[in-house]
This record gives sequence, C-alpha cells and structure tokens, in this order.
Amino acid sequence: MASEPPVNGLSVTLRQAQPIPLDVSFSCPAGEVVALFGPSGSGKTTILRAIAGLYRPATGRVTCGESVWLDTARDEALPPHRRAVGLVFQEYALFPHLTVLGNVVAATGHRARSERESRARELLDLVHLAPYATRRPAELSGGQRQRVALARALARDPAVLLLDEPFAAVDREVRVALYRELESVRVSLRVPIILVTHDFDEVARLADRLCILERGAMTAQGRVTELTSRVDIPQLATYYEPGSVLDVRVEAHEPGRQLTRLSFPGGALWSPTMAARSGTVVRIRIPAREVSIALAVPEQISLHNALPAQVAGIAAASDPALVLVTLQLGPTVLLAQVTHDAVSRLQLAPGRNVFALVKSVSVLRPGRATGAVS
Amino acid sequence: MDWTAFKLSIELAAVTLLILLPIAMVVGRELAVRTFRGKGFVEALVALPLLLPPTVVGFYLLQAFGRHSALGRAFEAMTGHLLVFSFEGLVLASVLINLPFAVQPIQRACEAIPREVREAAALCGMSPWGAFLRVELPLAWPGVATALALTFAHTLGEFGVVLMVGGSIPDETRTLAIAIYDRVQAFDDRAAGVMAATLLAFSLLALGVTNTLARRIGRRHGE
Repeated sequence: MASEPPVNGLSVTLRQAQPIPLDVSFSCPAGEVVALFGPSGSGKTTILRAIAGLYRPATGRVTCGESVWLDTARDEALPPHRRAVGLVFQEYALFPHLTVLGNVVAATGHRARSERESRARELLDLVHLAPYATRRPAELSGGQRQRVALARALARDPAVLLLDEPFAAVDREVRVALYRELESVRVSLRVPIILVTHDFDEVARLADRLCILERGAMTAQGRVTELTSRVDIPQLATYYEPGSVLDVRVEAHEPGRQLTRLSFPGGALWSPTMAARSGTVVRIRIPAREVSIALAVPEQISLHNALPAQVAGIAAASDPALVLVTLQLGPTVLLAQVTHDAVSRLQLAPGRNVFALVKSVSVLRPGRATGAVS
Repeated sequence: MDWTAFKLSIELAAVTLLILLPIAMVVGRELAVRTFRGKGFVEALVALPLLLPPTVVGFYLLQAFGRHSALGRAFEAMTGHLLVFSFEGLVLASVLINLPFAVQPIQRACEAIPREVREAAALCGMSPWGAFLRVELPLAWPGVATALALTFAHTLGEFGVVLMVGGSIPDETRTLAIAIYDRVQAFDDRAAGVMAATLLAFSLLALGVTNTLARRIGRRHGE
C-alpha cells in the first residue's frame, strides 16, 4: 500500500525504537476507511496521535495530499492546529463549558465569521442533534456526545478523519446507528478515514483496508476482503471466527422466489431477499462453518449455492478435529471448515476442482452506491 | 480610621494582582501541563513563602532589595530613590510572597483539564493562544478566581514582610495591617478595632464574591 501514493490520500511512515516502539508504513486513499487493529498497547492510538501532530516520533513522514505534515528527515513538523485533521477521541473530549452548538462552532475558525454558525447547525442536522444545540455535553447520553464529537471533527473540514475507538463507549444499538452515520460521512466527505479499533466486527463492517498491529509493528496489511480469507494470520483467528468478507454486487431480485442474486469476481450467489437496490455493493460475510465441499453438484438439496472452486490450501483450524480449506473462485477466496475425515474421503488437495456449498451469508454493510467490487 | 492606610492597602493589593495574575497563569499552566527536570524544585520554590516565617522572607528580600544588592542599586540609579521602604519595593515583595496563593490554585485547576480537551482545542484549529483563551481559561476559571481572592485578601493582611521591607511610612508603605499595629502600640484600641473590623469585612466580602462567582461559572459548565 505504501508504494502507491494516493491522490488526496494520507501516507504514513513512522519508525522508532523508544519509548514506544513503532514500525509502520501505510497509506489511505480519499474515501476509504483504513482500520488500525490490534490489542491495547499495540500502538494504535500513538499512530493516530502522530498523524494528528499530538505525538512526535523519532523518525517519520506523514503527508496528506500535497502537504507534508511531518518529515523528521528535514526536521519539519506542522503543529496540530495547522493540520486539517478531524479527530474523534475515545472519550470524546468535548468542551464542557460550551453548548453542543458552541462545541461545533469552535472548530469552524477557518471559515468566514458569518457562516460559522450556519455550518455548525448544518452538521448538527447531519448527526441528528439539532434539537440539542443549546444543551451542554454533561446533559447528553454517550451516543449523543459521540455524535457531537463527530460533528465537531467534521466542522474542521478535515483533510483526514481520525477515529479513536469511537464506538467503544456506546451501546450496541446506538453503535449500529453510528456505523450508518460513518458510512454516509465516508461517502459525502471523500477524505481518508483512519479507524482505530480492537473490535474485529467493526473492521469487517466498516473498513476497506486493514493494518494489523502488534507492539507497534504491522504484522499484516491489505484489503479486508483479502485478509479475512487468509489462514496464516494468527491474530485474526484469535479475534474473529474464520470466514471470508466479500464486497458483492446486487444483480437482481426475484420477488417470486424471494431471492436476491449477488455477484463477485469468480462467482455468484443467491441469498434470501436483501433490502438493497440492484447495482449497489453490499458487504457480506460467509463464515467458514457455513461452507461445505462437494465433488459434484448435489441434486435435490435445499441449498441454492454450489459454486465451482479449486482447493488452494488446507490449514489447521482452532478445533483440532477440523481443518480450514482455502477455496479459490477466480480471484476470490472462500474458506470452508470441514473435518479431517472429509479431507481424506474427498481426497482434497491443492489443485483439486470442487464445489463450494454456501449455506448462508450475513450482511455486514448494506448497499453502497459507490465503491469498487474487490 | 486611617483612610490613607486603607487606600494604600487596596492599591497594593490591586497592583499586586495586576502584575501577579498573568505571571501566575503562565507559571501555573506550565507547571500543570509540562513535565521537565527540576519541576519539583520549581514547585518547592513557589511554595516557599507558605512555609517560611514572614520575617525570614522579609529579611532576605531586604537583603535583595537593599543598597548593597545589584537590584537595589539598579533601581536607585533608574528612579533616584531606594527600593526598600518604597511602594515599589512593597509591590515587588508582595508579588513574590503571594506566588503560592496565586500559582497553586491555577495549577490545580489547569491539571484538572483533561489532556484530550486541550488537544481537541488544537485539533479544532485553535492556536495555542486561542485555545488558552477559549478553552483553558474558561475551564480553569474557578482556580483563577480563587487565586484572585486569596492574593487580594492575603495582600491586605500581610504584616511581617511589609514591616521588614517597607517599614511604616505614611502614604508610602504604611498599610492597614501596619496601621492597626501602630494604633495598638499607641493604646488606641478604638481606631485599631475599627480598622480590624474593616479589614475583616473586606476580606470576607472578597472571598465570598469570588467563591460565588466561581461556583456559578462551575454550574454553567454543568459540572
């Protein structure tokens, strides 16, 4: 990723041995979400702070579009107030002495005086907080504070949006609503978004790309849809039940059969009717335990999906009785979880042509109007 | 009632505040925000006037301000009169002995502002100065108000250092506290009583007003 400097994108390289070890290099194009994922103490927040200018690493380079924010080789470091960064802090860090409106107006100093308040009100509308404009942060719920923090970060007209575990302190139900808001922000803002999280479910739902961190170093990075299908990343198995995440295109609905046809490079799927318009891109997850393997297309079976595939690899699963079979469908990879016995009965080995039987898929992210199918 | 002494006391308190408050805000904020080597020593230095007897502080200031000190000579060369036993000398002494009363409440108040809130101000695009005026100062206001009240009341009441450094020159260094002492020495208990009561009432008023103000602003913050 670091080798392709994106237009209007963010490019980050940080290295130091002390006091917090860091060794990362990644970039994020405009309109995409990069997740920094790892356990606490893996340096996620430090990386975010370095991008914002709140932390200065021993060596590093941070560029955003044309502007250089940090270049330790040339001893250049823009102070945080001169970087166009929107940061949503984990604990929100709202200004307790200002109203909700005042908090958002506080980040509009770069605009003409006459338009500051109207812009702030627009943003409060966007996060559904207009009726709370005159309240103080202490009078709001956790989810509402979080949305004020988001509106304030957007009010800066950021060139980069940084989110530090933004959903950690809110209830599950509120979180789903916030996910949707973040998605609409991603579409309307078209800036790089860096999301720090230790919740892999969030990564799978929200992120386009993923950097897995451990003790300040990146152990893996790539597209979420690619990394989730890999069996050689031990951290993933710890946090996430094995399964592939795919961005699929909604091809057509068949109201009579109550089915929706989904396509991806290398195959197509039927799913129960999905509330998504044709042509939109939906992110789905296919857990490995929902995929079986057959040598021929079974007849007279309730399953809809028998996809031609080729075995690419076989790896141990966390349960010693089971294995994970990597199936290649064109450029797309699916994982199937089967028994050792099945492997020997079907003589599964790399190169063998089989059929992937997909029992069910779950929708992680509803329809996206834009965005490429990977 | 020695109105000249009363006026002088108020003047001394006002000028002390005017000079000390900006200094205390800078020192208090820096001590709250930064970590550096020798911070403990600086904090001890600021707190020293709280612990030392006023006569000890007064003695050292007398030495430092006197004719034989560089400061004393420089002042005399500039103004033509002595720094000791002058209003200016009194102001300087007053600023120094009030440092802990002004710095400590401001430092505590600044320490109570979460680091992320200060950082959020910068990320909102506010310059350090803008962030100080719009975020840090309003949030630290209860501490500033306490510093104001304590310094004011303490300056009105300071006796030992004023006597050591200023003596008791009418309209120059004889503050209300000194005037009370003079009256008692002269067995004029009535005059001493009136002035003592005035000082008491004034100090109480100053503390009451600032405390109320601080609380009202604290409530407005929703804390």
